[in-house]
Amino acid sequence: MGMTVTEKILAAHAGMEAVEPGQLINARIDLALGNDITAPLAIKEFRQLGVKKVFDPARVVLVPDHFTPNKDIKSAEQAKILREFAREQGLEYYYEVGRMGIEHCLLPEEGLVMPGELVIGADSHTCTYGALGAFATGVGSTDLAAAMATGECWFKVPETILLRYYGKLRPWVGGKDLILYTIGDIGVDGARYMAMEFTGEAIAALSLDGRFTMANMAIEAGAKNGIFPVDEKTEEYLRGRARRPYRVYRSDPDARYAEVREYDVSRIEPQVAFPHLPENTRPISEVGEIPIDQVVIGSCTNGRMEDLRVAASILNGRRVHPEVRLIIIPGTQKIYAQALEEGLIRIFIEAGAAVSTPTCGPCLGGHMGILAKGERAVATTNRNFVGRMGHPESEVYLAGPAVAAASAVKGRIAAPEEVR
Amino acid sequence: MQPIRGTCHKFGHDIDTDAIIPARYLNTSDPLELARHCMEDADPEFPGRVKAGDIIVAGKNFGCGSSREHAPLAIKAAGVAAVIAASFARIFYRNAINIGLPIFEAPEAAAGIEGGDEVLIEPDKGLITNLTKNETYRMVPLPPFMQELMDAGGLMAYVARKVKDRV
Ligand code: SF4
Repeated sequence: MGMTVTEKILAAHAGMEAVEPGQLINARIDLALGNDITAPLAIKEFRQLGVKKVFDPARVVLVPDHFTPNKDIKSAEQAKILREFAREQGLEYYYEVGRMGIEHCLLPEEGLVMPGELVIGADSHTCTYGALGAFATGVGSTDLAAAMATGECWFKVPETILLRYYGKLRPWVGGKDLILYTIGDIGVDGARYMAMEFTGEAIAALSLDGRFTMANMAIEAGAKNGIFPVDEKTEEYLRGRARRPYRVYRSDPDARYAEVREYDVSRIEPQVAFPHLPENTRPISEVGEIPIDQVVIGSCTNGRMEDLRVAASILNGRRVHPEVRLIIIPGTQKIYAQALEEGLIRIFIEAGAAVSTPTCGPCLGGHMGILAKGERAVATTNRNFVGRMGHPESEVYLAGPAVAAASAVKGRIAAPEEVR
Repeated sequence: MQPIRGTCHKFGHDIDTDAIIPARYLNTSDPLELARHCMEDADPEFPGRVKAGDIIVAGKNFGCGSSREHAPLAIKAAGVAAVIAASFARIFYRNAINIGLPIFEAPEAAAGIEGGDEVLIEPDKGLITNLTKNETYRMVPLPPFMQELMDAGGLMAYVARKVKDRV
């Protein structure tokens, strides 16, 4: 019996020839990640263990990105716990404000995740790195504490759903639309405990940025991980970036799948997920008249170069609607600098947008753009749960950067064609 | 595991971690402070109403969303003795087991139990009894490895033993 790429990576890290779905294994990890919300808890538990040193200071990464630059005294205290731990442990990859980015944009950019690796992060969107052909999954703070001490983590081998995308993408349709469409199809628990394996010619045609967006939202279908085949584009992305040698795994032709689904992407329009679940998707043509107060373009889902370029292509020479606040947050310092160089930041500012230093900020209702009661936002983020961006009676509509930018101009949820 | 008996609070499907503990309170990890806002966005009155030993009952996909361990911690610190749901989101599931919050996957019970019902959970027998309605429901037993984690008192206690063996 053949194995899927997810099974192969897990088997290799558990030191086994083969594994099968449902099996509980203890596996060696290549990298462990924590942030300013989850790491303080993990550090507390790590200290209680009485272990002096992390298993490898080059394989524990801490990124203060959620409530930073520190939004208040309490979050400043949390961030300080990270910083002090990073210094004391001599962590090689601790990213300070001014040099950091949103963790899931930052780690791949920094060449810290390789194909075939097993990465855990105390953040649910750690699954983003599956775009590089790694097994990457979100865990809790206690798991992170245990992993920092032992370099290991326990897993239940997931079943895999194979998702095959074929056909040619329509204009303005990107990775965000494909993944929203998929979640709309299978539901927020459609892949619960499972691996989502993304393949097909339409996936091969996507840029890495588009793949990161898709892998990022695997968790929004309940999945343990999302994973993409490694191809020329992946190798190209890794060239000059990869910090470790790596090995590429591929699914066997006779691998076992719990389910196989196929999508003709030429039929997929830009998508919008209505409150309060990512599965409440509608094609843009069926959205209707929905006035908005705020637009956020950023986050670990759509805060990358390609996203900013798409937004700029729509905002260029236009003005944000007088009743809308547009907030644009580049995912990392490097993306910020690149956007400056390409003239995108000027386009945003001239359009009337606020551009911020990298932070999770409004994505989780932390700071930098909180919604008041009854307010409505279009966001390129990944969650539209009750209260996610602020007041429990505010609303978040999820979309890709093209729809978000067009909506900012129109003052209501709008299709990119309406402004271009 | 010991039987657990308590009064139930009922919630719907897809209760996410932002409803369990809104991110606006995550600038702390103090369990008691988290408990004061537990389930606030799903039911603003819950923090005031919940009593030590009560049980949360919910539909499918409980705990979906963030990896924040603050969610099971807030529930535990609010005094909740157990969570019964039709199904759990995976990170919440592993977090709850890791920190020793008893959780039970029991679709029949999740459907049958109503808010205010008194129930008895018997983990070893794989049974949940609704004392108010006089009904019994079967549940999915925990895999042995996870029972071992729970019996050890959570993941850290388990790891502490392993780390000690090593030195
Ligand atoms: S940008 Fe949003 S989803 Fe991504 S890591 Fe930050 S808070 Fe989480």
